[in-house]
Amino acid sequence: MSEIAAHWNYYLVIILMMLGFYAVIARGNMVKKMVGLNIFQTSVFMLYISVGKIDGGTAPILTGDPASVYSNPLPHVLILTAIVVGVATTAVGYALIIRIYEAYGTIEDDEVAVLIDSDQDARERADAEPAS
Amino acid sequence: MMQHLPILQVILPLLAAPFAALASRRHLAWHLTLVATAGAFAISLVLLATILRTGTPIIYDLGGWPAPIGIVYVIDSASAFVLPVVSGIGFVATLAARHLVIAEIDARDHPLFFAAWLLTLAGMLGQVTTGDAFNIFVFLEISSLSGYALVAMGAGRDRRALPAAFNYLILGTVGATFYVIGLGLLYMLTGTLNLADLSVRLAEIENLRPAYVALAFIALGLFLKMALFPLHLWLAPAYSHAPSAVTALMAATATKVSVYVLIRFLFGVFGFEFPYMTQAVGGLLLTLGLLGAFVGTFAAIVETDLKRLFAQSSIAQLGYMAIGLGIMTSAGIAASFIHLFNHALMKGALFLALGVIAAQTTHLSLHTIKGAGRQIPMTMTAILLGGLALIGVPLTAGFISKLYLIRALIDSGLWAVAALTFVSSALALVYVWKIVEHAWLTERPENAPVLTETPGQWAPAWILVLATIGFGIYAGPLVEAAFGAAQVFGPDIIQATQTIEGLHIIEGLEGQE
Repeated sequence: MSEIAAHWNYYLVIILMMLGFYAVIARGNMVKKMVGLNIFQTSVFMLYISVGKIDGGTAPILTGDPASVYSNPLPHVLILTAIVVGVATTAVGYALIIRIYEAYGTIEDDEVAVLIDSDQDARERADAEPAS
Repeated sequence: MMQHLPILQVILPLLAAPFAALASRRHLAWHLTLVATAGAFAISLVLLATILRTGTPIIYDLGGWPAPIGIVYVIDSASAFVLPVVSGIGFVATLAARHLVIAEIDARDHPLFFAAWLLTLAGMLGQVTTGDAFNIFVFLEISSLSGYALVAMGAGRDRRALPAAFNYLILGTVGATFYVIGLGLLYMLTGTLNLADLSVRLAEIENLRPAYVALAFIALGLFLKMALFPLHLWLAPAYSHAPSAVTALMAATATKVSVYVLIRFLFGVFGFEFPYMTQAVGGLLLTLGLLGAFVGTFAAIVETDLKRLFAQSSIAQLGYMAIGLGIMTSAGIAASFIHLFNHALMKGALFLALGVIAAQTTHLSLHTIKGAGRQIPMTMTAILLGGLALIGVPLTAGFISKLYLIRALIDSGLWAVAALTFVSSALALVYVWKIVEHAWLTERPENAPVLTETPGQWAPAWILVLATIGFGIYAGPLVEAAFGAAQVFGPDIIQATQTIEGLHIIEGLEGQE
């Protein structure tokens, strides 16, 4: 139990990670998939930030006091970059969802799949007709 | 100037992208793109020539910060081998993009199309050049995000490009996030992100359990990105509904760059000595590679849509690259490098040639090309020669790849795998024959639309076809360069000189405090 308490942030990360990943895989609604993807990515951000934290550490600013303990700034910087990447991914993803809704009138995975099949059939028929 | 070439390689397309996006005059964006890709190609050739001549890696410290504190760009035999493949295909595909983009994409979107095109190239070149593991992730996402946008631009002609791009985005992001998770674990364990430094510090660590998990996450993420069976399902829809120029660029380069990053991690960071590497990872790569080779080939055999057919064959070809890595010898890695090079040429040629037809029809299937052999002989011959190279017929570059792959397998005593590799490549004959049968042995239906071709349209594909044949006949330099690239990861080669210098600097800094 104390083991869990000491590393509670890592357990939280794992729970969030699995929740997000499950939503990405199991949800048919594309918006929900994107939400899941965001939760999944955020859990990784938290993993990195947890790694950088040092108990009793302050912000990594040079004070001239050799005894001062500070948190590792590198993971924070990395995650700042990863957040930017995540925002860009989310933007592209939702832009695509809007276009999919305009083109298909639905954002449900399985309904779009049916329409994709019918597109394929329509094109194959269009091919076959001039030949026959 | 000369010493800044490693960074210029990446910066040139990156800086050209916003200018292309702002270009207002018709075709100005294309001209900018052509100049930028030609420049990148020229730089990569200079770098390759320098490396082949001197043999010593070029290390470029960004901002003057040496490794492992700063980010370094490393041009060694391996990255110098892959750079011209990416930038060369980028250049030739840009040549073809002029007519393909005019035919397939709304004129208003041309500047944005070429901006995304340059960004995806810059991202791929960055992944190959950089020596920093997190930098790889950033470039991976630059190339992927612009890649999703490029695939989605096929929506003007085929609305299925949109869900294809969305699925690609979901799976691509999951793959990239897996990579970041693995990297986080490695960073926790070693406190560094420099690739060379990682390998040195990993070797000193006793409790490797987090490193096993890191290896699993990184490998899985990259398997997704390189479309290794059974994580290949995003590939066929994305390639078949994307604009033709995009298909040619991505099929020839995007997955190859992921293969290269995988090689960097498996052999450059974890190394042959890493526990479970040879048995577990090697066995997994061999199994998945073989399964991919058969599944991809069978899927291509039953396919009638031509773009999708060659996309399925890409899955088989990536399987062969995985098999090469799975052998876990320098010869196997060299075989993968050779195939990486040759497959980029073949698939580039095939998809550029298919683009000539795709630009004229709504649906590119076996019916569309019935009797087309006499109407558009140059295009169809390019497709035929590309197909023959895929099978591995002698005098094509495909033969060289298969020869070295099978030889490396036999050298390691993997006779069964060698036999199965041979069988699956021979099966490729079935789908190539289907194309011959429809294009040459069938009469063109009377009411079928007339297909046309001009030298400007088929020339880019033929550049790559001639390269395929050229490297098939005169393969010496290619094979030598590929073995040189594999030597970087050889069991005895330590490429840590730069890191050791860097470590001294860290010690010096600590001493000052």
